[in-house]
Amino acid sequence: MAFIELSGICKGYGPAQQRTHVLEDVNLSIEKGELVSIVGYSGAGKTTLISLIAGLIEPDRGTVSVGGKPVTGPGPERGVVFQNYSLLPWLSVLENVQLAVDQVFPQESQQERRARATKFVEMVNLGPAAGKLPRELSGGMRQRVSVARALSMEPEVLLLDEPFGALDALTRGVLQGELQRISQESGKTMLLITNDVDEGILLSDRIIPLGAGPRASLGPATVVDIERPRDRKALNHDARFRAIRLGVLEYLLESGKARRAERDAAESPPSKSAAPSPSAHDAASIVEVTP
Amino acid sequence: MKSNLVDGLIKYWLLPMVGAGCVVLLWAVASSSVAPSLPSPLKTWEVSKPYILSPWEKRGELDQGILHFTWYSLIRVAKGYALAIALGTPIGLLLGMSRGFTNTFDPIIQVLRPVSPLAWLPLGLVLFQKPEPAGIFTIAMCSMWPTVMNTALGVRSIPQDYINVARVLKLSPWKTLVKVTIPAALPYMFTGFRLSLGIAWLVIVAAEMLTGAPGVGGFLWQEYNALIYEHIILCILTIGIVGFLLDRVMSLVERRFKVA
Repeated sequence: MAFIELSGICKGYGPAQQRTHVLEDVNLSIEKGELVSIVGYSGAGKTTLISLIAGLIEPDRGTVSVGGKPVTGPGPERGVVFQNYSLLPWLSVLENVQLAVDQVFPQESQQERRARATKFVEMVNLGPAAGKLPRELSGGMRQRVSVARALSMEPEVLLLDEPFGALDALTRGVLQGELQRISQESGKTMLLITNDVDEGILLSDRIIPLGAGPRASLGPATVVDIERPRDRKALNHDARFRAIRLGVLEYLLESGKARRAERDAAESPPSKSAAPSPSAHDAASIVEVTP
Repeated sequence: MKSNLVDGLIKYWLLPMVGAGCVVLLWAVASSSVAPSLPSPLKTWEVSKPYILSPWEKRGELDQGILHFTWYSLIRVAKGYALAIALGTPIGLLLGMSRGFTNTFDPIIQVLRPVSPLAWLPLGLVLFQKPEPAGIFTIAMCSMWPTVMNTALGVRSIPQDYINVARVLKLSPWKTLVKVTIPAALPYMFTGFRLSLGIAWLVIVAAEMLTGAPGVGGFLWQEYNALIYEHIILCILTIGIVGFLLDRVMSLVERRFKVA
């Protein structure tokens, strides 16, 4: 049995009659120490998937298990880096991390815990900003704090929910580099959710597309057999990188097209959808980055 | 820079003065024409002068400088207000955190909320047999509602993200309350505290009038009975100014917490 195991997961929201089925029959296994990324359209259910593993929500059907034990609720052994940072705004950088450390390592002395929190703040290069409040930090710095907080709990697995989604391209690149370094140094099991195929390939051992919703399910996994450390610029010219990207994009575009066709068929035949649906729009923006 | 200063002077000093001047003028005209029993501004000043110019003078139990009376009232308000906060905050937290508690107690709270201080005071007198605790009881009963409602609102408005953080960290209910819920709801709570203080000060007059306790409200009522109407106006102005200052101070404190 794999370290993280999802089998037959279905999850929907809303009352029974008009329930929106977000995920249907999702199966996923992640080995210990593996970094897997899941790429998909926004709104396809990526956050739902990560919340299920984190234990913040429960599946309608199917099982989630981590380390051989079924997930029954959230816990610090599954560190989450939330999409919108989720820092407590009244606590400083160090205090945000300290809150997690104090909670997870109550048996340690106060000095040990302080040292531990400081170590993780420094690991994400925020030593000089340790005393600052989140509102005094840029988006990239806030996300670093969030990563430090999640890592400081020494989790068995790190769940990253579009961690760099709200950042500008430059900051994004820097943080991707840092995540790559942290991932290699710590050897932690990580699940990265992203809408950026390049980011997924750059960072992960395996990349899996999440098809378009509703009733989204996972596509075929592709092993990223490119040696590390990977360089973003060099990667663009790598034939393997381009092949993987093409495969993933084609899967996403096909699944988006299929979903649209289903929807059009379900509606009355003459009413062709005039405005592009959101998923079609996303697909277009993904196509733009393809050379 | 210079014009900013002038603008500020006009906006914050000259125009408010003009406004107050208009009201005084209206008052003067009214007292000399349609309402002859209303003392004129000048007469009011003449009669009130000893109370304003030596505000701490204590000539007798019921004949003291205006600040001395204000001080008694403030002490009384502080006690009632402290009680209101002490009761209102936990009730508000429970309302915000628990659906069941809300379903159970919200209706009765909505019924008690609009009850006037004039109605609570006799009940307080029956309960405590003494005017002082009855007054404090009345202030607390009337002024705790904004604290209750705003605290509940603040707890209900805590972003799901913060709650998720608490859940992932497996914070105990007590720790979640102290580390997440209260800090997150604090800005709302302070709005409640400020509104509560306003009401507490509003209630003081009614409480002192009916109990005859020494204070601005008591003084007002006593001077009405003694037919010294100038002092009624003096008391009204004092109550207004003190209420305004209290609100200013609270909004400064509130702003400090809003930023954080």
